[in-house]
Amino acid sequence: MKSYPRQRHRVLQVVTRLLVPFVLMFGLYVQFHGDYGPGGGFQAGVIFATAFILYGLIFGLQRTRRVLPPSVLRWLMALGVLLYAGTGVVTMMLGGNLLDYDALAHDPLHGQHWGIFAVELGVGITVTAVMVSLFYGFASKR
Amino acid sequence: MMDQLPALQVMLPLVGAPLIILLRHPVWSWAFATLVSVLTFLVSVALLLQVSDGSIIRYSIGGWEAPTGIEFYIDQVNAGVALLVSGISTVVLVYAYESIKRSLDSSRHYLFYCGWLLCITGLIGIVITGDAFNVFVFLEISSLSTYMLIAFGSDRRALVASFRYLVLGSVGASFILIGIGFLYAATGTLNMVDLAARIPDTESPRAVLVAFSFLTVGLLIKAAIFPLHGWLLNAYHHAPVAVTAFLAGTATKVSLYVLVRLFFSVFGTEYSFGQLFLNWVLLPAAVAAFLSMSLVAIYQTDLRRMLAYSSVAQIGYIVTGISLATQTGLTAAVVHIFNHGMVKTTLFMAVGCILYRTGHAHIPSLDRLMSRMPFTSTAFILAGLGLIGVPLTAGFVSKFTLISALIEQGWGIAAGLILLSSVMAVAYIGRVIYLILFRESRGPAVSNEGYREVPISMLVPMYSLLALSLYFGIFGGQSLSLAGSAAETLLRGYP
Repeated sequence: MKSYPRQRHRVLQVVTRLLVPFVLMFGLYVQFHGDYGPGGGFQAGVIFATAFILYGLIFGLQRTRRVLPPSVLRWLMALGVLLYAGTGVVTMMLGGNLLDYDALAHDPLHGQHWGIFAVELGVGITVTAVMVSLFYGFASKR
Repeated sequence: MMDQLPALQVMLPLVGAPLIILLRHPVWSWAFATLVSVLTFLVSVALLLQVSDGSIIRYSIGGWEAPTGIEFYIDQVNAGVALLVSGISTVVLVYAYESIKRSLDSSRHYLFYCGWLLCITGLIGIVITGDAFNVFVFLEISSLSTYMLIAFGSDRRALVASFRYLVLGSVGASFILIGIGFLYAATGTLNMVDLAARIPDTESPRAVLVAFSFLTVGLLIKAAIFPLHGWLLNAYHHAPVAVTAFLAGTATKVSLYVLVRLFFSVFGTEYSFGQLFLNWVLLPAAVAAFLSMSLVAIYQTDLRRMLAYSSVAQIGYIVTGISLATQTGLTAAVVHIFNHGMVKTTLFMAVGCILYRTGHAHIPSLDRLMSRMPFTSTAFILAGLGLIGVPLTAGFVSKFTLISALIEQGWGIAAGLILLSSVMAVAYIGRVIYLILFRESRGPAVSNEGYREVPISMLVPMYSLLALSLYFGIFGGQSLSLAGSAAETLLRGYP
């Protein structure tokens, strides 16, 4: 990617700075409101990742990599899957079947709530990490 | 604990894979992957023991009962295939350590073993799930990790081979997904037992027909059945040889299992073979496969490529058995899935040993290998005889059953063509055996005097698999009776 001189694209830079927090916030909203409204881990992960991708497009790969280094991404990818699978393992240890969220709390309703929360968070983390890594992979010339 | 085994079968490698990413150490990640694979294997053994009396395990994920939720459905047929996958994975993983250490940069070992575990997750998931859409999900898991594993080949052509497989594999997977979509539209269910019950009295038989066609073509691609086998040759040739050994024994076999499961259990034998004449699609393809591919294999100069062609030919034998849709034919197909899995994996492991010492698998430079690498050569020769189908080897049991099944149906010509193809197998394996045993090097002397035998950690897994295949050759009755009851289960359909 060509690195633009600082003076140019001032509008884009300012708008991006303004937008990024809102994009992140909206991602979190889609993530955590997913069990009441439209949304869920996958969509939230993509939205969350677009914030980083937008930042990378405007401010360059170097600065984005400082914010979110590839080594951290690798951890996050594995962590998300582990969170998902770990929820399954926990439900099995608590005496339910795989991913039987009823086993997670005394009240099955709460159990379902906690279970889907953890699983969707896992999905969201992994999707964010994978999307940003894909962007890094394509954007960095190697 | 025992009733959680079906979930553990998939969850063990699935949890293992991200842990390896966190582990990152080359040796420890190998050790951990092997441990996980051994545990998975033990779970498969326990599951097979539980269903060996003909009972069925139905495990509903999330506690949602079957037609609503997703279930694992385990009977004799798929418990056996899961055992094949986890067993071959374990054996080849033990073998892979030395082979991968030499061919792959140690900073990437953990990615390799992570991909391996994901691949087992996908393959075993495809096998034991009872939900049609879940088949697609696990198929994607196994396919994506397979593309990754193939791309680890030391040659740059591995990337092209992997990409080619990616394109064709994605086409196949999309076809399967479209097929599943039509089935869902026609019946309103995704559970395979439920599908089998609802397909006969669906209101839109044409949608079922379209689903059937899409699924057939998609699975023909994934199982590398003759005209659609193009991806397999380069993939087997350029992948790391441990990956080839693993895939040759499992990946196409799992696709064949899905094919058999859909045709016989879900759509029903009567629908697939009675109304739709599937046998007239499969049989010509199968015959063309084993004739043409055996012929082409004779002219190959690279050992891996020769065995890849031979794999397509052997898949032809299995499909011949399937296309008969009789008890004996299906028994032959099931038993050949296992026997060929073991034999071909052993052969590729032997090729890996040769590559480990010589760095290439060029057939003309193999001469007098016996004097330099006696154990590897012996393993190759014995497994090669099994591939031909010499009596007292596993290949004989399955070929004999297949030929008797064909004669039983009055298809003597096809039986004759199988014998012809076996003669070609004698030609291409015999040529290599002759070189290994007898021929003195002519022409420019190849400077390969100093070859030693490969490390013991490569020989032991190779010989254990070889011993197993010889065992099933000598005591063929056992495997035949197991395959027979599996075939019976398939022909009967879901209870």
